[in-house]
Amino acid sequence: MHGAILLIELGAIILGLGVLGALALRVGISPIPLYLVAGLAFGTGGVVPLATSEDFIKVGAEIGVILLLLTLGLEYNADELMTSLKSNARGGLVDLVLNAAPGAIIALLLGWGPVAAVAMAGVTYATSSGITAKVLSDLGWIGNRETPVVLSLLVFEDLTMAFYLPVLTAVLSGASLLSGAITVGIALAAVTVVLVIALRFGRYISAFISSPNSEVLLLKVVGLALLVAGIASELQVSAAVGAFLVGIAVSGEIAEGARELLMPLRDLFAAVFFVFFGLQTDPKAILPVAGLALLLAVISMFTKLLTGAYAARRAGIAKAGQARAGIAMIPRGEFNIVIAGLAVGAGAHPDLGPLAAAYVLILAAFGPLAARALQPLLARFTRTREAIPDPG
Amino acid sequence: MDIEQTALPGIGLKHEFTTRCGRRIGIVSHRTGRRDLIIYDQSDPDRACEAVQLNDDEADALVELLGAPRIVQRLNALHREVEGLVSVQIPITAGSPYGGRTLGETRARTLTGASIVAVVRGDQVNASPGPEFRFDPGDVVVVVGSQDSTSAVADLLAQG
Repeated sequence: MHGAILLIELGAIILGLGVLGALALRVGISPIPLYLVAGLAFGTGGVVPLATSEDFIKVGAEIGVILLLLTLGLEYNADELMTSLKSNARGGLVDLVLNAAPGAIIALLLGWGPVAAVAMAGVTYATSSGITAKVLSDLGWIGNRETPVVLSLLVFEDLTMAFYLPVLTAVLSGASLLSGAITVGIALAAVTVVLVIALRFGRYISAFISSPNSEVLLLKVVGLALLVAGIASELQVSAAVGAFLVGIAVSGEIAEGARELLMPLRDLFAAVFFVFFGLQTDPKAILPVAGLALLLAVISMFTKLLTGAYAARRAGIAKAGQARAGIAMIPRGEFNIVIAGLAVGAGAHPDLGPLAAAYVLILAAFGPLAARALQPLLARFTRTREAIPDPG
Repeated sequence: MDIEQTALPGIGLKHEFTTRCGRRIGIVSHRTGRRDLIIYDQSDPDRACEAVQLNDDEADALVELLGAPRIVQRLNALHREVEGLVSVQIPITAGSPYGGRTLGETRARTLTGASIVAVVRGDQVNASPGPEFRFDPGDVVVVVGSQDSTSAVADLLAQG
């Protein structure tokens, strides 16, 4: 009986997510905000609170985070990480400072304390590389000359996350200053060592995982990622980072093959993850922080615009391209929810979860729409300004 | 002509260059094998105003169209300069007696006076093939000569 109800609930949720995904596709936005809304509806204080499947969804959500980070790591190889780091370090640092600031400052102004400030800094900092990549591809911007700038900023952000997440985990564990510093130190040292191993000896890991049989490949990759994530979590380094590093270590054709195999699995569990975050959030708690979320969204929209424009200008891109680079960076999504989820799980301020949910809801939905509206706007702008006949 | 190469982390590689009349074009090579043919906007040179997605076969076809026939084009330009000279492309059909035999065996120049200047096989052009060159069915033979002599080669290759 228990099993039957579990299946019915899970089936209804996943089917519902499918319908919402179709709707998002129709409107041309990312499905992530809709998944969050679905979670809100099913969770505590929602329209139809779930009875039995919450435990399963909790485990599913953890796997979702690991798969999200694993596939992200698989996207990049060591060379790309290093070149992006070298050529765009300045843009990346501007990105970090400008966009971590709004979240951190708001948390401090609200009196949530330094730990929440570290978490909120991450919530406003990270652009959703998933949504941005989709925007670039949907709007045909991949060939644009500002796109390499945007992509290398995203790489920089993802690499920053590899260091940020362990720090956040350590800070959230609520240790005293000294033992906290030691934990952070150990975590950072571990990440650096693993990163160097991944970059130097990735080919051995690839060789171990490699298999002509897709079933074997899938089991090996997922198994290794879960194992490393678990060990990382045990060492207070954050499970997500462990999975990310496994993704980076696996490279070449195997990475491409593994990514394709993992995609459907990732989509399923990532959707579960977004629902789970929504489940934890009481929809009634969102309304009081909605205004604040909107304010934060508007501010960090401008800081991202500035970041993109700054980095694009440094690369010699003209005004229109600078605007596109900025607007492509606006969407927030999976990472921000991962960060907020960690903070909520560690018992951060009760308003942090709802604020982050509302914030991501706004920017995940608005970012792609703004990008879509930009080109017609630019076209009108340039037409009225440059009424010079074409010499060609 | 400067071809600029840019890495697209997570996607692949981009090559671009500016043509002599000032248009900028490029190719995005995705890791998945997909190719995008990019044409940049004249008023906003950072923007791709056209991005045409090509799969493996389509990209190959485009290469063939742009690459292989250029030798014929050059020959056409040549015979425009020399009155009475024509170049024709003659396929080696499955029924041709010369499939699997060498160029020397055809004695094409001795018999007709026209020259075999190139053989196109797939997307590969064999310029100035020697007498030991062996024809395969499906090859396209490029012949230069007078109107009569080239059609004589066509007959020779078709019937022997």
